[in-house]
Amino acid sequence: MTVFFGVFLLTLLLIVAIAIVRADNLFVAVMLGGIFSLLMATIFFLLDAPDVALTEAAVGAGISTVLYLAALALTAEREKRHTVHQIKALVVVTTTALLVIFATFDNVQFGDPTAPVHVHVGPWYLENTQRYMDIPNVVTAILGSFRGYDTLGELFVVFTAGIGVLFLLGTRPKKDTEAAETLIPQQSETSEGLRNYLIPRLTGRLLVPIILLFGLYVQFHGEYSPGGGFQAGAIIAAGIILYALLEGETAALRVVPQWMLMALMAGGALLYGMVGVVGMLLGGQFLDYSVLADNPVTGQQLGILLIELGVGMTVSGVLLSIFHAFAARDKY
Amino acid sequence: MDWLGVYYYWAFAALLMIGFYAVIAKSNLIKKLIGLSMFQSAVFLLYITMGKIDDGTAPIYHEGISQQIFSNPLPQVLILTAIVVGISTVALGLGIIVRIQEEYGSIEEHEILGIDER
Repeated sequence: MTVFFGVFLLTLLLIVAIAIVRADNLFVAVMLGGIFSLLMATIFFLLDAPDVALTEAAVGAGISTVLYLAALALTAEREKRHTVHQIKALVVVTTTALLVIFATFDNVQFGDPTAPVHVHVGPWYLENTQRYMDIPNVVTAILGSFRGYDTLGELFVVFTAGIGVLFLLGTRPKKDTEAAETLIPQQSETSEGLRNYLIPRLTGRLLVPIILLFGLYVQFHGEYSPGGGFQAGAIIAAGIILYALLEGETAALRVVPQWMLMALMAGGALLYGMVGVVGMLLGGQFLDYSVLADNPVTGQQLGILLIELGVGMTVSGVLLSIFHAFAARDKY
Repeated sequence: MDWLGVYYYWAFAALLMIGFYAVIAKSNLIKKLIGLSMFQSAVFLLYITMGKIDDGTAPIYHEGISQQIFSNPLPQVLILTAIVVGISTVALGLGIIVRIQEEYGSIEEHEILGIDER
């Protein structure tokens, strides 16, 4: 039954994908992208990956849509009809697709428990998570502790990308600098966002605190249920972005000012690294949490909690900074 | 041959190539970026598909229930972080596109190349 449901969702996914590529209006393409992400999240859930589904739903359907729209507002909404090498591209794409499909006949069967991927290190994690750290969510255990180095690296990539966006968009365009100083901003703060629209504002006001509360729950309950720093960071960022869309950017910057965003960005990555260094100072190896408490299992739990907090801080800080960088560009 | 199961791999192949088509055939830079992230999503789908085990469940222990079959958690961890890294790199790409628009006044590849040749 679930397989049939999966086939239905996958077919829908492919239809949406083709519609996105064919859409001339980029606004339509971005909106369909949100549907694409939601379908993807549902498929991930069917494939027993609720953690991934949660991330995809928060990031793909929420934040990436807003970022694309912000970029569209700064560029052009309509795509010009100009397809280069359309026939050649179609030939290349079709040939490659057929080759990959041909290869699937030799591929391991879907769901086969004896597939190479399931006989390597995966089962070891499943068997030993309870012994080493005694937390129910194996995904969080691997993310935080067994493969903590990977996660640290990924966090630094997110951090670096955030710094990159701030470098690209943080400066004012040259030609407008003088004009911007003399011109009085046309929009006053009271007309920013959706302030003059009663219904979105009221429903939004009800939603924002619930989203933030859910974000905190996902953050601190990540060891016991699907969740963790990456998901929570994205959800909290989405909540504050919603507030910024409703009440205007100035109001959002008053709630979470720029210095706090910078502190979150750098502080999260620093916290993660510091947990590793403290482990070294206490006689363990880098990112070895067992030495953090008297009992190795408690130490592991403490370590995972702290690094997840670091991840959540950096992810929400970076995503919010990126959003504000795009939104502030709009005014020039 | 389990045709229904193989369909996941076919969808991966199709999605990968739909994304790739947007990257090589479309001239609009934002469309190219959308295609690239679709390509990325296809890879995510492949990883998660491979982690699935028949009759498996999400890799979270429940008190009182033993002898469960868990799907492989490792691909899930890799993809979970990759999604967040993906959105950060897309944002960086969008930032570059916005700067290109400001300098060239266009985000169509052929127009930008034309300006460069002048």
